[in-house]
Amino acid sequence: MDIHEYQAKKILSDFGVTIPRGGIVYSPENAENKAREIGGSRWVVKAQIHSGARGKAGGIIICNTPLEVAQATDKLLGKKLVTNQTGPEGKIVNRIYIEEATDIEKELYLGLVFDRSSESIMVVASTEGGMSVEEISKEKPETIIRSKIEVAVGMQNFQARELAFGLGIESDLIRRASDTIIGCYKAFSELDATMVEVNPLVISKQKQILALDCKMSFDNNAMFRRSQVSELRDKSQEDSKEIFASDRGLNYVSLDGNIGNIINGAGLAMASMDMIQLAGGSPANFLDVGGGATPEKIVKAFKLITMDEKVKVILVNIFAGINRCDWVAEGIVEALKKIEIKVPLVIRLAGTNVEKGNKILKESKINYIEANTLEDAANKAVAVINK
Amino acid sequence: MTVLIDKNTKILIQGFTGKMGSFHADEMIKYGSNVVGGVTPGKGGTKHLNLPVFNTVKEAVNKTGADASILFVPPAFAADSAMEAADAGIKNCVAIVDGIPSHDMIRIKRYMRRYTKSSKMTLVGPNCAGIISPGKAMLGIMPGHIYQEGKVGIISRSGTLGYEAAQQLKNLNIGVSTSVGIGGDPINGSSFRDIIEKFEKDDGTDVVLMIGEIGGPQEVAAGEFAKENMKKPVIAYIAGLTAPKGRVMGHAGAIVSAYGESAIEKVEILKECGITISRNPSVMGDTVKSVLEKM
Repeated sequence: MDIHEYQAKKILSDFGVTIPRGGIVYSPENAENKAREIGGSRWVVKAQIHSGARGKAGGIIICNTPLEVAQATDKLLGKKLVTNQTGPEGKIVNRIYIEEATDIEKELYLGLVFDRSSESIMVVASTEGGMSVEEISKEKPETIIRSKIEVAVGMQNFQARELAFGLGIESDLIRRASDTIIGCYKAFSELDATMVEVNPLVISKQKQILALDCKMSFDNNAMFRRSQVSELRDKSQEDSKEIFASDRGLNYVSLDGNIGNIINGAGLAMASMDMIQLAGGSPANFLDVGGGATPEKIVKAFKLITMDEKVKVILVNIFAGINRCDWVAEGIVEALKKIEIKVPLVIRLAGTNVEKGNKILKESKINYIEANTLEDAANKAVAVINK
Repeated sequence: MTVLIDKNTKILIQGFTGKMGSFHADEMIKYGSNVVGGVTPGKGGTKHLNLPVFNTVKEAVNKTGADASILFVPPAFAADSAMEAADAGIKNCVAIVDGIPSHDMIRIKRYMRRYTKSSKMTLVGPNCAGIISPGKAMLGIMPGHIYQEGKVGIISRSGTLGYEAAQQLKNLNIGVSTSVGIGGDPINGSSFRDIIEKFEKDDGTDVVLMIGEIGGPQEVAAGEFAKENMKKPVIAYIAGLTAPKGRVMGHAGAIVSAYGESAIEKVEILKECGITISRNPSVMGDTVKSVLEKM
């Protein structure tokens, strides 16, 4: 789960990291007042969307008067911002963060992620803040320093200090920088985060160390014990079909193609998508209804797929184990009584009682194309598209 | 021979009396697995499916001599149950459960560092289908009848894709020595490398089929291990050619976030390690067959 910049900064500030003064607003009038309340003579108006690279997309505007702040807010609110991370449809701006402008002396990069090789938390830092970590590793890999944290004992002061010195921070500020790094680590480890990225972390001309921008992602599997984090979810930033799916226990990812998929199991779903591409087609989605493929889940899956106007053919591929093909077939037949499908349907069943399952489908009134193997199913779905 | 389990393995069900635990315990018993009892805290002293129920794993191990266990406890309590099994002297533990927080998985693995190599439990999963040695024992939730007895070792992150492979092999009259589902989570108990090493040492296994997917370093690590250390041929299929970067594809661990984690990159690296690639998921069986024919 992702959260907004202003939410992530609030969390950091709770863990002792300094952030510029700021506040969230939902209207231009509010924005003007908020700017006065914050004080100072320059402000930054920041569109809150779940994406980085907002600056290049025009989502960050520097203003010199409260009136300009109101105008900038007016310009951004309700707009869809398209960045290199949002996809062509962009993301809607419903919230604006107003912040005092910072006199930047130096921009640094600080990121924390799970390192799957060492199964620990990895802190990554660089003197080249402001660029994405991908850009840094491509263009200035020599500036990257890493520190592996033993989770059982947490981050030690010396590790934070080493990072701070490694970033070339002057001696007077080392203590403050170490506290900042440890604050980020604590936020990561105490809130079940999967990623915390402060980019840039800046040293201001006034010699303050400030988190100027921050992205955080959290482990969905841990939300049962992190109600304060899960409350920060903003569904307006998510694909409506993906929300529909996640609310109903389906694993769904919206893609660009026109062949809709209903599959049980994540691996089999990826494999089916691959077969579609190898057959010359393009999948409209990834959809895993779960290993069990219960009739309820199949009904929900059909509802979801039919919401997608791009879909020109639906491919159902179920490997039934303990849940038997005959039972799955009955579920499909029942589902199709409840939902009208306007596009051709290709069904491939495999596993336990496959003959019985195919017989049930054939004897029902449903209109479909039978397939036997993964390859056969993909070829038949692509043939429908090409017809 | 087999890896991890055989006919004599004494199995405990953790979370025995719940719906999932009861159903799958029954399936395992029907398959011929030697299930000796179960653990549900607070229900010790009772009987379930005609088998004894214990309050703690330690007590169950003392009374039954169990050496393997399978977890059917909810994700929030799974880490605790896995550590309890490790501490009670269980040798092999399978965690079926999907949804264990990554921070908990790291905690389990750190906890297990206190044991010496010989006394350390092998944890398989979570978010997996478990282990089956066809004709001998099943410590998992797979449909047992799709696995024919034979000499192919299977390791798979995905459950249903592992079934797909077993079925393709059976259709070609090729059998399986043991199939191990290592699960779809970013941090798991046993990696491809851990299991492939066991297959290399197993007399009952001639070739290994590795079914991987996007995300994480484990397929590549296994490939590098195979290149240096293995005599047995390895065949691999990697799912997720069409998966977009940065998105989680169902499995929490199926996300491309670094170089070498996409399907294409993994395939290239594995090829360089001398591994035979199944070019699509429909020909996993055929690819194994062609490798066997060359032996």
